[in-house]
Amino acid sequence: MTEINKDELVGRGNKEGADLFREWFDDLADHAKKGEGAAYVFVMGSMAELLHVFDFPLVLPEITSLQTAVRRVADTYLAEAEDYGYSPDICGYVKADIAVQLRGGQHPMGQIPKPSIAVMTNACNTYIKWAEIWERIYKIPIVVIDVPATRAAGGQFQPGSSDFERDRKYVEAQIRELITLCEEVSGKKFDIDRLRESLGYANDMNEGWRRVLELNKSKPSLFNAVTDGTVYLGVSNNLRGTKKGSQFFKNLVEEMEYKSAHGIGTQIVEKYRLGFVGVPCYPIFRRFSEMFTEWGGNFVHSTYLNFASGGGSLGYQYDVNRPIESLAEGFLISVREAMDNMFHQDRVVIDWVKNYDLDGVVYHPIKSCRTVSTGLADGRRAMMAATDIPSLFIESDMMDKRVVSEAQMKNRADAFFEGLASRREMAKLAQS
Amino acid sequence: MAYAAGVDVGSTQTKAIIINEDREIVGRCLTDTGANVVVAAENAFAEALRTSGIREEEVEYVIGTGYGRYRVTFGNTQVTEISCHARGAAQMFPGTKTVLDMGGQDTKAIRVSPKGEVLDFCMNDKCAAGTGRFLGAAAAALDIPLSDLGNVAMKAERPVKISTTCTVFAESEVLSWLGKGKKIEDILWGVHLSIASRSTALLRRVGIEDEITFTGGVTKNAGMIKSLEQALKTKLNVSDDSHYMGALGAALFALDHILAGRVPTEEKETA
Repeated sequence: MTEINKDELVGRGNKEGADLFREWFDDLADHAKKGEGAAYVFVMGSMAELLHVFDFPLVLPEITSLQTAVRRVADTYLAEAEDYGYSPDICGYVKADIAVQLRGGQHPMGQIPKPSIAVMTNACNTYIKWAEIWERIYKIPIVVIDVPATRAAGGQFQPGSSDFERDRKYVEAQIRELITLCEEVSGKKFDIDRLRESLGYANDMNEGWRRVLELNKSKPSLFNAVTDGTVYLGVSNNLRGTKKGSQFFKNLVEEMEYKSAHGIGTQIVEKYRLGFVGVPCYPIFRRFSEMFTEWGGNFVHSTYLNFASGGGSLGYQYDVNRPIESLAEGFLISVREAMDNMFHQDRVVIDWVKNYDLDGVVYHPIKSCRTVSTGLADGRRAMMAATDIPSLFIESDMMDKRVVSEAQMKNRADAFFEGLASRREMAKLAQS
Repeated sequence: MAYAAGVDVGSTQTKAIIINEDREIVGRCLTDTGANVVVAAENAFAEALRTSGIREEEVEYVIGTGYGRYRVTFGNTQVTEISCHARGAAQMFPGTKTVLDMGGQDTKAIRVSPKGEVLDFCMNDKCAAGTGRFLGAAAAALDIPLSDLGNVAMKAERPVKISTTCTVFAESEVLSWLGKGKKIEDILWGVHLSIASRSTALLRRVGIEDEITFTGGVTKNAGMIKSLEQALKTKLNVSDDSHYMGALGAALFALDHILAGRVPTEEKETA
C-alpha cells in the first residue's frame, strides 16, 4: 500500500484544478489555431456528455467571461461591448463575450475558437438571447433544451411517477433531435458506446462532487466554498464527462477525506461557518473572500456550487445500459436542481443551517444578473423566519467593477461580524 | 471616575462624545469632516474634551466609528457605525426595536435587541438617493439653507411627486417643477415624502417594529421627522443628541472595554 504523503495531498485539488484549467484554455487555443469550431455551452446544463461523442471542443462563455474579471481586464471588454451598442445594464458575461468575439477570439488566457453550434437550456433566460447573437454573427445552429422546472405550486415530480416520465420523455425527444443535428454539424456518426464512456466519467464526477460538498460538513471545514470551491467547480464544468475530470474528482475526494479524518481545515482559524448565496464577486475575488476570512469566517457551502455545476452536486448516476434515456433523466433532475438553487434557494439554505451548522448566511445579489438575484431578498427573509441565524445582504457584480464598492461592502461585512461576535458573547453569558 | 470616548467620522460631519462611568454625556463636539479626516477626528475629540473639562489622559478608551473610523489614529479600536447607532439608540431610548439612521451619504435600517445588539440591518444601495445628500441637492437647487429646509417644506399645501431616485437628477427635477410654477414648499415637501417612502421600504426589509428611533444628521430636519412619521404611521424617538448617536454608541462600547478590563479584587487574588 502506498504511503500517503500529506504535503503532496493537502492542497492538491487546488493545484491540479489550476493546471487543468490552464490546459483547457491551451486546448481551446489549439483548436482555434486549427480553425476548428467549438460547441458553445453553458454551466447550467451543458450536455457535455453528449457533445464529447462528436469531439466538439467545449467553450463555456460564462467561464471565459468571468476570467476577464478575475484577471482584472473585464473593464476593457465591457467598455468595448458598450461602445458597440450593448447597454450597461445587461449581463456582464454577455458583454465580455461579445468583446471576445469582436476581437476575433482574443482572450487573456488564449485564443477562443469560434462556435459551430451552441447548446443551452432554459435555466437562464439570457442564455437564449446570448446564443441568438452568435447565431446572427456566425450563422450557426443554436439549440435550446427546454427542461421542465419545479412547479412551485405542486413541487417536484419524482422518478417513478407518470408526470416525471412525461417530462423525461419530453427532454429525451429533444436530445434525440440534438444528436441528429450534431451528426450534421460535426460530420461524425453518433456512437452510443462513446456516450456510455462519457456518462461513466460524468458519474465519477457527480459522485465526487456530491461527496466533496458533503465532506465540508467537517469541523473545521475543509475548503472555502467561494474560493477553493470555484476552482473545483471549474473542473466540474470544463472537463465534464472526461477521464481527466473523473480522475480529478477521485483525487479530490481522497484529499478531502484525508483532511476530514485528520482535522485539517483551511488556512484560517475557523470562528464562523458561513453559507454563501449567489455568484461570487469576481472583480475583487480574493479581496471579497478576505473580508470574511480576516474575521475568521469561512464559507462552507454556496448555492453557486450547486447551480453553476448544473446540478452535478446532486451526484446523479447515469445508467449506462440505457444511455439516452438515462441522460434525459439525469439532465432533467440535475438542471431542475440548478434552477431550484437559484429560484428556491431558501429551502436549500435552511437545510444547510442545520446540516452544515452555519453561524450566518451571506446573500450576494449582482447588478447584471437579475435571474440569479431576483428573489434573494425574499429568500433571506424566509431563511431568517425559519432559523435563528443572522444574514448579510451585499450587492455588487460578478463582472463590472464600476458597481463594486469595496469600502461599503467591507463596512457591511464588519457590522455583520460584530453582530455575530456579540451574539456569541450573549449566548456564552446565558449559559454561564 | 473613568471616561470613555467615541469619535464618529462621517462623510459630512464628525462627531465626538465623552461619557462617564454612569453613561452620562459629559462632552460633545460636532464639526465638518472636510478633506482631512485625521484632523477632523483630532479636532472633534479635542473640542469634546474642552467642553467636558476633562484631560485627555483621563479618557481611558477611545473607539472610532463611521466611514473614517480607521483614520481615528488616537483611538484604541474601531466599531462600525451600524453597531454603534444600534447601541446608542438602545441606551438613549430603551424601548427601541428599530433604528433608522439617516446620514450624509447613507441610510441604514437596523433591527436591534433590547440590549442594543444588531439583529439585522439593511443600507441604501450604492447611490445617495434617500439620504441627507438628496436633501442637500434639493436645498442647493432652491438656494435655501439646509437648516431651513424642513420648516419651509412643512408649509406645503399641494406637494408635488418627485419621481426620480437619483440624487443628481433630483436637482433637475426640482428645477423643472419650479419651471412649471410650483411653489417651493410644495416641491420641498415632495422631496421629503420621496425620501420617507424610500426609507420606509428600507425599514420593511428588516421588519418595522415599534419603537423606532431616528438617528443621524437628518434628525435636525423637523420636516423629515414629520414626513417619516406620516409614512410609518407612528411617532419616532428623536432627541437633540440623535445626531451624536453613532459617537455615543462608540463611547458605550469603549466604556465596556474599560469595565471589562477591571478584574474584581477577589478574582485577582485567585489568579
